[in-house]
Amino acid sequence: MTLQDLALTKANRFAIVGAPNCGKTALFNALTGSRQKVGNYSGVTVERKFGVARTPSGVALEIVDLPGTYSLRARSPDEEVTRDVVLGQRPGEPLPDMLIVVADATSLRSALRLVIELRKVGRPLVLVLNMIDIARHRGIEIDVDALSRALHVPVVTATAVRKGGMDALWAKLDEILAAGIPAATPNRWTAPGVLELRQGHKEADALMAAAVKQPTKPHTTTSRIDAVLLHPVAGLVILLGLLFVMFQAVFSWAAPAMDLISAGFDWLGAALHQALPPGLLESFIQDGIISGVGSVLVFLPQILILFLFILLLEDLGYMARAAFLMDRIMGGAGLHGRAFIPLLSSFACAIPGIMAARVIDNRRDRLTTILVAPLMTCSARIPVYTLIISAFIPQREIWGVLNLQGLVMFALYAAGIVAALGVSFLAKFMFWRKQPSPPFMLELPDYKMPRPRSVLIGLWTRAQIFLKRAGTTIFGMMVLIWVLATFPRPPAGATEPGIFYSFAAMIGRFIEPVLAPIGFNWQISIALVPGMAAREVAVAALGTVYAIQGGGENTQVIGPILAHSWSLGTALSLLVWYIFAPQCASTLAVIRRETGGWTWMWVTFGYMLALAYLGSLITYQVAVLLGAG
Amino acid sequence: MTREDLHLMTGAANTRPVPRPLGVMAKGEAGSISRIDVCDHSASLPAAEIERRLIELGFVEGSTVQILHEGLFGRDPIAVRINGTTVALRRREAMAILVA
Repeated sequence: MTLQDLALTKANRFAIVGAPNCGKTALFNALTGSRQKVGNYSGVTVERKFGVARTPSGVALEIVDLPGTYSLRARSPDEEVTRDVVLGQRPGEPLPDMLIVVADATSLRSALRLVIELRKVGRPLVLVLNMIDIARHRGIEIDVDALSRALHVPVVTATAVRKGGMDALWAKLDEILAAGIPAATPNRWTAPGVLELRQGHKEADALMAAAVKQPTKPHTTTSRIDAVLLHPVAGLVILLGLLFVMFQAVFSWAAPAMDLISAGFDWLGAALHQALPPGLLESFIQDGIISGVGSVLVFLPQILILFLFILLLEDLGYMARAAFLMDRIMGGAGLHGRAFIPLLSSFACAIPGIMAARVIDNRRDRLTTILVAPLMTCSARIPVYTLIISAFIPQREIWGVLNLQGLVMFALYAAGIVAALGVSFLAKFMFWRKQPSPPFMLELPDYKMPRPRSVLIGLWTRAQIFLKRAGTTIFGMMVLIWVLATFPRPPAGATEPGIFYSFAAMIGRFIEPVLAPIGFNWQISIALVPGMAAREVAVAALGTVYAIQGGGENTQVIGPILAHSWSLGTALSLLVWYIFAPQCASTLAVIRRETGGWTWMWVTFGYMLALAYLGSLITYQVAVLLGAG
Repeated sequence: MTREDLHLMTGAANTRPVPRPLGVMAKGEAGSISRIDVCDHSASLPAAEIERRLIELGFVEGSTVQILHEGLFGRDPIAVRINGTTVALRRREAMAILVA
């Protein structure tokens, strides 16, 4: 039975609900295996994880993994989805027949409060005490029968990540299905106030006292690790060290795979060049599709390595600690501690970074993070930086240890970070002056060994999302830019390259007078138009405009030509332009989607363009004054 | 001023210590929560909402709370042990948690 068949039949629909870090996703993976699909809930950008489970007796179950939440009192877009699905208020999303509530057996209290709240919804429940192996190891004894009697809810234990750890849950599911899923009772849930919350605490405490025996000796591994990792000084030093290793990995480990991908696309392009007759079709497939999509796909290795680190640190429980360590530092610039992860992701690509901003529940903090994420030096800027630096900045040693080219590269990264902090600081005064900073409250989960399987599934999910985007939005953008750079066709007997006669050239020449004060000639102006698809496409476009045979991204060929035809002032001005300019249509499209409207997209576009123009203007004019124009 | 007066004023003679906000306590200090009182009206959220969030994280009357870690700058934020979990929050919000 495929996923589509199931959607048509009236299957048993189960929804997984639980707090963040309770092993919900691991349980979902254990239930559905590889039979899962990640999409989006309509109208919002919250991930919808959906899969099919087959019980030992052969019954198919539709399982949806809802975003983690401590309560139905939704505070972030993710938590709103959980509330709406559980209450059957989400259009197009059927009410689940039964809720599987997942609890971290090592810290049961918050899960019990969630169960107490969920009972009011009236849907039948089954409570799964996950990570029971760790709980037993720590000496926590849970009387499952007593818990089940007191809650009037079936309770089973599980270890989602161990072989055989799911047996009890499978047996219970079959038992429930054989007897028929109990009928739902009317929904009595209303958003709890302070009194109800205190009442819930009392009930949970009574349940804990009756059914759970805590070890006499408290668990100390986490607090011992925290003594080092959360140390005011050592903790920050370790965090910085970790970031350094991460960047090294993103740039050095990814290089061979990236070379392989771009070589593959070059080979494919060359093969098609041979096979197809020259003309529009060949140009469309080679320049439009292959080099276009290839220029984005080449970032897949970097994105995967970055996410490997993020998933490992997340599973380990370190990410919440990083937010704790960075909160005060980032708070000074008006950013939330949780903005740290999205901004870190933006160094690979702003798109996953902007999407990661969903973890921030406060709208103000989320918007500020999204606003500044594109200023982080994403990997698409690297080809542009490398090209210009290698052509214009001499390979010279400074004080015997530092390399001038490396220093310029570092300065470009630093400029992006400083600009991001400055812009969020300004945004605090411009947009949020009347709103004081929202609270930072966050549970620091116990450390847990990451499980390779769940990390791999997480990576695969990221890859799928990225590939899907490259195949749809980015592909569409590439086709549009190909059209702009190809039509109208050059007249018969044309001496210049085709792009010279195209719409892109018309736009380039139209904006050239505006860009002249910042030192850009018409060739650069033209290259900036296809450069809207992705920053590094500008490199290929410059190659085309300067009519280099073979085109492509061969920096060795373009470099000397640029060094010959541009002044140092122009080169520096273009570098500064690329720190700030909103030269990425996909990022803008994602901002529009994530913020749910055009306003913030245009705000981002506007302020980045203004910064870029101003920065380049100052750079170029100063360079001219110093005689480098 | 006699010694006795001084004792009365500081409450040192009193067997029940005067509740202090968690926000002013030092690393390592512990106590039992006597009351949640959000009086910071300049916060971005209504006082009742901050109270709800604190309760949801486990800050309820009678629970034992201890400051485990603090940040480098301004000793902020703090990480506290509460009901078997560790929670990070800023001293500003911790001012609403009165500990005796």
